[in-house]
Amino acid sequence: MNDSRSFNWQGWSVFGALLLLWECASRFNPDLQLYLPPVSQILGTLARLIVSGQIVTHLAITFTRFLEGYFLAAVIAVILGAVLGYFRFAHSLFETVIEFLRPMPSVAIIPVAVLLLGIGDSMIVAVTVYASLWPVLINTIDGVRHTERTLIDTGRTFGLSRRRLLWQVVLPAASPYIVTGLRVSLSIALILVTTGEMVAGSRGLGFFILDQERSMNSGNMYAGIILVAGLGYLLNRLFLLCEERAMKWRHGMIAREAV
Amino acid sequence: MPILEVQNLSKTYRQMGGETTLAIGDISCKVEPGEFVSFVGPSGCGKTTLLMSIAGLIAPSTGKIIVHGKEVSGPPANLILVFQEFNKSLFAWRSVLGNVRFGLEARGNHSRESANKARSLIELVGLKGFENHYPWELSGGMQQRVAIARALAYEPELLLMDEPFGSLDALTRLELEDTLLKLWEELGTTILFITHDIEEAIYLSDRIWLLSRRPSQIVEELAIDFARPRDQITTRAEARFMGIRNRIYQRINSEGAP
Ligand SMILES: Nc1ncnc2c1ncn2[C@@H]1O[C@H](COP(=O)(O)OP(=O)(O)OP(=O)(O)O)[C@@H](O)[C@H]1O
Ligand SMILES: [Mg+2]
Repeated sequence: MNDSRSFNWQGWSVFGALLLLWECASRFNPDLQLYLPPVSQILGTLARLIVSGQIVTHLAITFTRFLEGYFLAAVIAVILGAVLGYFRFAHSLFETVIEFLRPMPSVAIIPVAVLLLGIGDSMIVAVTVYASLWPVLINTIDGVRHTERTLIDTGRTFGLSRRRLLWQVVLPAASPYIVTGLRVSLSIALILVTTGEMVAGSRGLGFFILDQERSMNSGNMYAGIILVAGLGYLLNRLFLLCEERAMKWRHGMIAREAV
Repeated sequence: MPILEVQNLSKTYRQMGGETTLAIGDISCKVEPGEFVSFVGPSGCGKTTLLMSIAGLIAPSTGKIIVHGKEVSGPPANLILVFQEFNKSLFAWRSVLGNVRFGLEARGNHSRESANKARSLIELVGLKGFENHYPWELSGGMQQRVAIARALAYEPELLLMDEPFGSLDALTRLELEDTLLKLWEELGTTILFITHDIEEAIYLSDRIWLLSRRPSQIVEELAIDFARPRDQITTRAEARFMGIRNRIYQRINSEGAP
């Protein structure tokens, strides 16, 4: 894998080439241009939408919903996962429920959420929380259950209470698993916010994209799509940056094992 | 009152297939406060099982373990076990300093001096300069020393050590034997030690128990009364030292090779 600090020239070249291909294909083919305008034009539209502030409110709303949903899900899932991973009895109680709910496509609960919470912020956030919960939950349970026996025994011989054992030994040992779950959930959260806004929103980037498509304004629609894509990309980069800091020990350990 | 009393301990493991392994047959022994005692026995005879039971980490099948006059039913306070699998017992997310400080924190000592105390222990076990390294950046022998320093930081009244010097080179080993003896004399800790190295057991201990093959029993108890503080050269050069060593070899050979 590439070191995240070294710039991936090849990768960016391929990306640039694809954009160029898009640009040319659209410019020299008027039929195509109708539903796929050239990138340069879309970027121009995006710039205009940002300057006019029209799209900024939608972006802010989407971003806020994302943050609320993602962080709420992370906190709930880590706590729940720690409890379920730690206490065998609790796990056996809920195992079946989890195995049934987890494979269900999360978007399927949007109608239920609309029914219960109506249309708006709380419904979108609730659906996001629900969907982003699973990867973190499953990974936390796994990580906690796979904690090295000797580590737990070490904590016990040093007289740690169950609670301190969980905080000082089990959760740190499980943190690589938890981080993996958090990373998967990051993109899921954004998917669900956008989908929620498309299905039942009156604001936000998801709503904006669909609304522009319906009013045959494909330039604006693409601008919205690019903004969501950029948001996803930036969030992922930010996540990796934080992860690299927080999990320094883990990266060093893996690098050593690979030698 | 003995600090540790083991009464007719036995341990049978039940494998997943339903078969059983009788690891410990019948062991009884007493350790007085401040003593340094060792168990010597062939591989697989149940030494780790014995220490884990004393540490309250596994339940014996029959018999009783009494630490400080109380029957053991979970990890007793003031007792630390240094694991044979030391590499699995270190916290990979903590630096060497962090690992050693854990021993102090577990005692409730979060003060600033605790860092200084941890540093001096790290120096004592010969890891000065590695305070900010992570365990996985160290060699096996160095990791083992971190585990020992962490245990000493806790200042346990009873310290159980499961082949702690097994992965060290001969020189470091001699050095750490002396460090351990010095700390033992200073802190007044009681130490229960396991080793494969007969001479190491003689050099360190007040008493040695020889264990038989599985299912293990104590086949002999030897009192070692060389003057303390001991010295790697003069103590080991005593005529009686060789005599004891040879006796143990013969005894173990008649039991079956270690
Ligand atoms: N968890 C377990 N389940 C089943 N059998 C076990 C388990 N742990 C140990 N045993 C068995 O019990 C016996 C004693 O094991 P133990 O680890 O106590 O020996 P030991 O004296 O410490 O050996 P060594 O000197 O090699 O460390 C062995 O035969 C081993 O196979
Ligand atoms: Mg062992």
